[in-house]
Amino acid sequence: MGRFLLRRLLISAPVLLGITLVMFIIANMAPGDPITALMNPEQAANMGPEWVEAQKEQLGLNDPAPVRYLKWLGQTAQGNLGFSFVDRQPVSHKIGERVWPTVKLMLTVLIVSVLVGVPLGVLSALRQYSWIDYLLTVIGFLTVSIPSFFLAMGLIYIFSLKLDWFPAAGMYTVGRDRTFLDSLRYMVLPASVLGLAQAAPIIRYTRASLLETITQEYVTVARAKGLAENGVIVRHALRNALIPIVTIIALDVPRLLGGTVIIEQVFSWPGMGSLAIASVTGRDYNVLMGINLIAAVMILLSNLLADAIYSIVDPRIRYG
Amino acid sequence: MSATTADRPVLTLGDSSRHRAPNLWQRYRRHRLAVAGGAVLLILVLLSVFLPFFLSHAPNAIDLTAYRKPPGGDHLLGTDSSGRDVLARLMVAGRVSLSVGIVAVAIYVAIGTVLGGLGGYFGGLIDGVVMRLADMVLSFPSIIVIITIVSILGPNITNVMLVIGLMGWPPIARLVRGEFLTLREREFVTASRATGASNSRIIFRHVLPNAITPVIVAATFGMAQAILLEAALSFLGMGVQPPQASWGNMLNAAQSITIIEEMPWLWLPPGIMIVLAVLSINFVGDGFRDALDPRAKR
Repeated sequence: MGRFLLRRLLISAPVLLGITLVMFIIANMAPGDPITALMNPEQAANMGPEWVEAQKEQLGLNDPAPVRYLKWLGQTAQGNLGFSFVDRQPVSHKIGERVWPTVKLMLTVLIVSVLVGVPLGVLSALRQYSWIDYLLTVIGFLTVSIPSFFLAMGLIYIFSLKLDWFPAAGMYTVGRDRTFLDSLRYMVLPASVLGLAQAAPIIRYTRASLLETITQEYVTVARAKGLAENGVIVRHALRNALIPIVTIIALDVPRLLGGTVIIEQVFSWPGMGSLAIASVTGRDYNVLMGINLIAAVMILLSNLLADAIYSIVDPRIRYG
Repeated sequence: MSATTADRPVLTLGDSSRHRAPNLWQRYRRHRLAVAGGAVLLILVLLSVFLPFFLSHAPNAIDLTAYRKPPGGDHLLGTDSSGRDVLARLMVAGRVSLSVGIVAVAIYVAIGTVLGGLGGYFGGLIDGVVMRLADMVLSFPSIIVIITIVSILGPNITNVMLVIGLMGWPPIARLVRGEFLTLREREFVTASRATGASNSRIIFRHVLPNAITPVIVAATFGMAQAILLEAALSFLGMGVQPPQASWGNMLNAAQSITIIEEMPWLWLPPGIMIVLAVLSINFVGDGFRDALDPRAKR
């Protein structure tokens, strides 16, 4: 188990390195350079161009690109992601306070989509070609065809503006104690929009996977032994059917992260996504680079986690 | 294809179509939703291409006397915050969305087919490099990277198409690679090689035509994805820029609570158009999958 994960970790290292390289190239395409952007324009004008050049030299801005990349990588590895162009706060600090709301939203969506998706997938498979099976198929098509922000606007219209059940923006009620129940009300709408999109593939894959395992011989044997049908489905068929689904769920994390960016913006959720949009609007490239990096690490970690869970539920993988 | 020709009896009298295996169109037609999707898509394309010529309002004509007018009368779907005709904008926005879908997917199908084909056919180091590259691009948090790149290059329709195209190729490459891996070991390829055919002849005459069907299916679904992505980017203000209309930026202009609550004609139509376009393309893709690949039973 440990060796297997170590091997996977070593494989993802060059991928992460490649990502940082691309990030660096992108960052260098950005207009202006960090030093000019950080300097007080008045001071730069008073001190003259020589002073500006000296500052650049001192910070290594005139080094050849590969050297700058290595320097930047060294800083990044130590957790120094630079400073925001806009308010000069450290980027790591700015992102740090935004990570938890995003992770909280994503975890909620993941848990809810699995709790909803797997049972519905099982139902769909057990009642193959019934009306509920067709209904779920159509809903599946709909959820991948509706833009999340449009669905969000629709839900805001119905549940915030007309019915006034759930708030349309934010994470807590301002000026009130931050209770769990209060935050839950704010969570419902954004989590529902993301959860629908996330549950659809889970339903589809659970259905397909269960339909496949249900015809396996060990399931027939379990039935022949006289086990109750529910036991056969849950203990024998579903357990094996869930193996590929774990991968589907983890491989879908990048899509969830992308969806979170848009939904955070719509619901003014104070997470990494709305920070990313604000940084784009404010042309705050250092913050944007940091967010890209953190998001890439999150995706790699979720892939790694998928491998880990996969090797736990299916011991054959470890020796593959 | 050749198998059907060989199986068919050489001598037939009268109409033989009833005895033949159903052709592509016949198989496609069985998929009701796919037929309906195709029809809706055709109508959408025709409307967005031709309807603007027949409307009395230009899509970008600002009329400040007609501020946020509800539907009816002169403006069938009302006017927006600059007094522009919503219907006219909706139609020209359709051109934008559909062309972004087509061009972006064309870009990534081209890249994916070339890279995946090279990797699958030649294997070894090339294959390793291509697949690691694909892993890398797949590990990018795509929408965040896309808004980053687009904001640096400048948000406009060309850059949106380019960036979606550059980020979208890995699934196509994996697909083509897989097909090439199995196809290159098949007898007809070995036979062709034995007759002294060059690599390029084998690839273009024998392997590629047989690998193309799953790509067509993936490209169709990809178009739906690309349209959604363009809409999302434009909605975030990082895509097509006003005054040029796109369904996404029409929704961006309708984000306020007042508009959502009191002016549904400003946000429902563009949203419904996106859903119609994407849903019908998805159904068409599903129909293609069933028709092109009879082995894939759902």
